[in-house]
Amino acid sequence: MTSADTLMGITWAGMTAYVILGGADFGGGFWDLAAGGTRRGADQRRLIERVIGPVWEANHVWLIFVIVVLWTAFPAVFAAVFSTMYLPLTGAAVGIILRGAGFAFRKSVEELPLQRLFGVTFATSSILTPFLLGTVAGGIASGRVPLGNATGDLIHSWVNPTSILGGTMAVVVCAYLAAVFLTADAARYSTPRLVEAFRIRALGAAAVAGALALAGIAVLRKDAPTLYQGLTGGAAWLVLLSVIAGVAAVVFLVLRRFWPARVASVLAVMSILWGWAVAQYPYMLAGQITIQEAAAHPATLDAMLVSLTVGAILLVPSMVLLFVMFQRTAPGDGAGDDVTPQLPADLDRPPA
Amino acid sequence: ADSGDSRSGARMRHVEHLGGWLLQNEADLFAARQQMALSLGWHIVIACFGVGFPLLVLIAEWRWIRTGDDIYRLLAHRWSKALAVLFAVGAVTGTILSFEFGILWPVFMERFGEVIGLPFALEGFAFFIEAIFLGIYLYSWDRLPPRVHLLTGVPVVLGGLASAWFVVTANAWMNQPTGFVLEGDEVVSVDPWAAMLNPATPPETTHMIVAAYMVTGFGVAAVYAWGILRGRRGRYHLIGFSLPFALAAILTPIQIGVGDWAARFLADYQPAKLAAIEGLYETQPRAPLTIGGILIDGEIRYGLKIPAGLSLLAEHDPDAVIMGLDQVPEDQHPPVGVVRTAFQIMVAIGMGLLVLSIWFAVAWWRHRRPPRARWFYRAAVAAGFAAAVAVEAGWITTEVGRQPWIVWEVMRVSEAVTDAPNIRYGYYGLLAFYPVLTVATVYVLRRVGSVPLPESEDVRGEDPRLREVRQ
Ligand code: HDD
Ligand code: HEM
Ligand code: HEM
Repeated sequence: MTSADTLMGITWAGMTAYVILGGADFGGGFWDLAAGGTRRGADQRRLIERVIGPVWEANHVWLIFVIVVLWTAFPAVFAAVFSTMYLPLTGAAVGIILRGAGFAFRKSVEELPLQRLFGVTFATSSILTPFLLGTVAGGIASGRVPLGNATGDLIHSWVNPTSILGGTMAVVVCAYLAAVFLTADAARYSTPRLVEAFRIRALGAAAVAGALALAGIAVLRKDAPTLYQGLTGGAAWLVLLSVIAGVAAVVFLVLRRFWPARVASVLAVMSILWGWAVAQYPYMLAGQITIQEAAAHPATLDAMLVSLTVGAILLVPSMVLLFVMFQRTAPGDGAGDDVTPQLPADLDRPPA
Repeated sequence: ADSGDSRSGARMRHVEHLGGWLLQNEADLFAARQQMALSLGWHIVIACFGVGFPLLVLIAEWRWIRTGDDIYRLLAHRWSKALAVLFAVGAVTGTILSFEFGILWPVFMERFGEVIGLPFALEGFAFFIEAIFLGIYLYSWDRLPPRVHLLTGVPVVLGGLASAWFVVTANAWMNQPTGFVLEGDEVVSVDPWAAMLNPATPPETTHMIVAAYMVTGFGVAAVYAWGILRGRRGRYHLIGFSLPFALAAILTPIQIGVGDWAARFLADYQPAKLAAIEGLYETQPRAPLTIGGILIDGEIRYGLKIPAGLSLLAEHDPDAVIMGLDQVPEDQHPPVGVVRTAFQIMVAIGMGLLVLSIWFAVAWWRHRRPPRARWFYRAAVAAGFAAAVAVEAGWITTEVGRQPWIVWEVMRVSEAVTDAPNIRYGYYGLLAFYPVLTVATVYVLRRVGSVPLPESEDVRGEDPRLREVRQ
């Protein structure tokens, strides 16, 4: 394994983290939108807000991580993708702003109409953004991004069957992960009504994802034959793993075993992502440039490997601390179906 | 021929057949630069608070733990809510910048991404640390013992500092590109550590980090100065004003010193930029310093000329020869008018803030309280905005002063830009978008600030040290 391969592996691990952690946060926005009227959806919205509040910013940094490692270690590919894909990426960037700002703003205002406005902004951009990022992924996977300065087709590189599949799949996967995660979270706060609500949603999303994957086979076969060959060839075992994990997640959901369901759903998504990577290996842009050819000079790769190692030593314990702190709330803390806001209202109490 | 050649062939034909094409391309280049400037200029103000605000919050919380005075806890807790909003907006408006590097400047990134990528990757870790511990800090006021809670804020402060340092080293490199060997258009060897530690890094990073703390200090103090002007006289406003103002006031003279360092650095390393900043066209010994005035036909008129002033400031020697723009090929002149105006605004604001800081210091030293004059508080409100304007002006000086280069004397901006057509429409879209984002952000911050305060003596009452602020 060369340093280029190692760095690609790290980039892809970062991508996986973003898809799973960031994806679940986007999915939270999806369910926020689907939660129904202001009163009826209030519990669900509060749970979503409470669960993603402390973590979404850290989860979002995975995207930054992937981008900066990409432009440092594989600058030609970064330039090609971002210049050709400038339309969906500009849209996604604006979507990211709207999502983050909408979420933070909604928490900070009291008036109902404003909460609704910011809430809808948060929720719709949580769907738009993964969709656009998914179309970019589809364009790359189907070999529509040529090397060079905006040399690809500026429209059809991301408006094509594989991209549409990628975009839709991204939205569905986000919703699926979020529903599975939220079921477990609702159980942790012992809010039976919410557990049931999200369990049903998780099962529904799983069914849609499964159906979409089946349809996807046909699309890829016609529209992205190289990828299709890889997925049915060298990467077939990962695809199989994904199917098994997906089915297992459904079984666990039915059995109300929420933690195993969570693990299985993550595994199902992970193995598809890595299946794509393996199917394309050693190419970074299908048929054009390999990981080795795209890599920066050795001095840069070494500097990156050193920095990433040192960074990981700082990062891993911090990450663990964050998740442990907010995943280990004593049961009953949530007091029935009423998920109380995190900060007690009386914190601003008059000084003694 | 490969696709690149046929493309440029196509472009030549365009130029021949469609006279308007070149103009369109110019419009796109201009739009790309404006878009970059708009997004950066927006992000930077918020980012200043991302760097500075955590320190302020921690100082207040630390004072609470030390003194047991609940007013500090009240301040720290309320500030942390504003910080949460600002941080979220800073994080997402920073993200679009990293997209724009690829969307707008693919040639720059393709060639030099590997040279300047390292600090961005390190910055990524700083962001992680910042975001993780901010999440912990904001959501654990009531879960952790006070001292432990305070401790969880420390990585936020350090992460903010580190991220500002790293990102500015990347910008410093654009001013002083080092750490690579270029053969033709190809980078043939790289030393990313040397690129990060280029000669412009020390003055630029220092100046920026101090600026961030100043913007936060003056900005937060301005909110309380406004309250005092509107008749609030309680201890809450006294401390809410004095703590951030004192932080900023201490840094102001330091910042002017650092600014002087930055200017002397230019004299040695980017003389063309200094010449543009000072509107100096002729190379000369005993170069004068011109303050104010307007640029007419390549000459500064009606300015106040201080003989040998520039030589003194830049080289600490009245007889030093200072390079003028006459030594720079015409097509490499930065736009003097913009650069010089921006620079003068920054310096004028710096001096104004210094006067205000001294006023505050004298009052505090003599009477242990802030000044009483209403004018002082009016000026303090203005200072909150002025500090942010100084940052914008400083960046315009730096960035526009680098023109026409994206990488100083290595790559022109026009070489770096994307070939994608019609990117100006993206810019127009953002031009409409950012004002909306601004209004929403300001509105939400005001809501956060207007959450009712507890009805206590500290808030409603009159503190003797503020009582006599004239109505
Ligand atoms: C609170 C903000 C603030 C204040 C009061 C000042 N500056 Fe500044 N200045 C900045 C904020 C700033 C900045 C926004 O942070 C810049 C942009 C890039 C940088 O490194 O710092 C900057 C850039 C900058 C540059 C260009 C550096 C370069 O291109 O490499 C010079 C020469 C100065 N400054 C000089 C000064 C002087 C002589 C000041 C004296 C009053 C001064 N600044 C006050
Ligand atoms: C670390 C940070 C920064 C980097 C890497 C960076 C990079 C760039 C790039 C690539 C461009 C486009 C090319 C050009 O016109 O020169 C640019 C332009 C510009 N940037 Fe920066 N920038 C940074 C910080 C800032 C900040 C914080 C501001 C805040 C105001 C700023 C203001 C501008 C302006 C005004 C332009 C347009 C120049 C012109 O139109 O002539 N930059 N910068
Ligand atoms: C001098 C200029 C800059 C400074 C001082 C600065 C500083 C900061 C700080 C402190 C944050 C995190 C805190 C917050 O969000 O409030 C932040 C966020 C961010 N900045 Fe900047 N920034 C600058 C310019 C840039 C540039 C040129 C880029 C482009 C790559 C950039 C990319 C980002 C990103 C991606 C984030 C979000 C990270 C997160 O999720 O925490 N920044 N910036």
